[in-house]
Amino acid sequence: MNTDRIEVDIKVPNQTRYLCLIGHIGENIALALKHYGGDREKLAYELNLVLTEAMANAIQHANEGDPAREVHIEIGIIERNLTIRVYDHGQGFDIRQFAEPGHPLDEHGRGIYLIHTIMDQVSYLPSSGGHVLEMSKKLD
Amino acid sequence: MNLSIEQRGSAVLLAVHEERLDAHNSSELKAQMLKLFEEGKNNLIVDLQAVRFVDSSGLGALVSGFKNASSRNGSLKLSGLQLQVKSMFELTRLHRVFEIFSDVDEALASFS
Repeated sequence: MNTDRIEVDIKVPNQTRYLCLIGHIGENIALALKHYGGDREKLAYELNLVLTEAMANAIQHANEGDPAREVHIEIGIIERNLTIRVYDHGQGFDIRQFAEPGHPLDEHGRGIYLIHTIMDQVSYLPSSGGHVLEMSKKLD
Repeated sequence: MNLSIEQRGSAVLLAVHEERLDAHNSSELKAQMLKLFEEGKNNLIVDLQAVRFVDSSGLGALVSGFKNASSRNGSLKLSGLQLQVKSMFELTRLHRVFEIFSDVDEALASFS
């Protein structure tokens, strides 16, 4: 097989203690890819960051900090296309307000901006009983 | 959160002994810095040598400390940033906000 094909589907409680677990999965996927021509260490950090930010966002803004809820994450790599989906069960938020960098001294609001700088495409759409943050990137 | 705090001349060295500074532990760092400011310790060096990963909430905690120190006529300086952590500061343009030193000794020298 000439390209990597990886699918990961994971559900974790809506708690920040699991950010490390999810981030490490992203990091390890980057390090395990059979075919990647770029800076692997950089990609590992980026996937760690994207997953950490997306999950933290779901916990704090979409699932409203309710520890009884869960966050559902899908990571797929097919034909060098990476897609990450993070499902939440909340009311959602307006993703557009965070797409641009804020003031350097703002204490909040950098997470979605960082996701935008790393991934090629980012959308946040209604999904059954909540929303899904979908992010994709070409891995060349 | 695993931190160490030590008075070093006119500054307090706060070393973060965690692999990650993220939404799970950044509020503890923020609270610890606030405690130091309330004790009148307004010149801080935050050493991130052990930190391999920082997310937006970790950056936010450091920005909060920076603003608090500045408003009390002190300063918060950073040392020991690993390569990928440093690139996070560049990506968010925070490298223009913070004074960043390669190690604790350099940061300490800047206070004397």
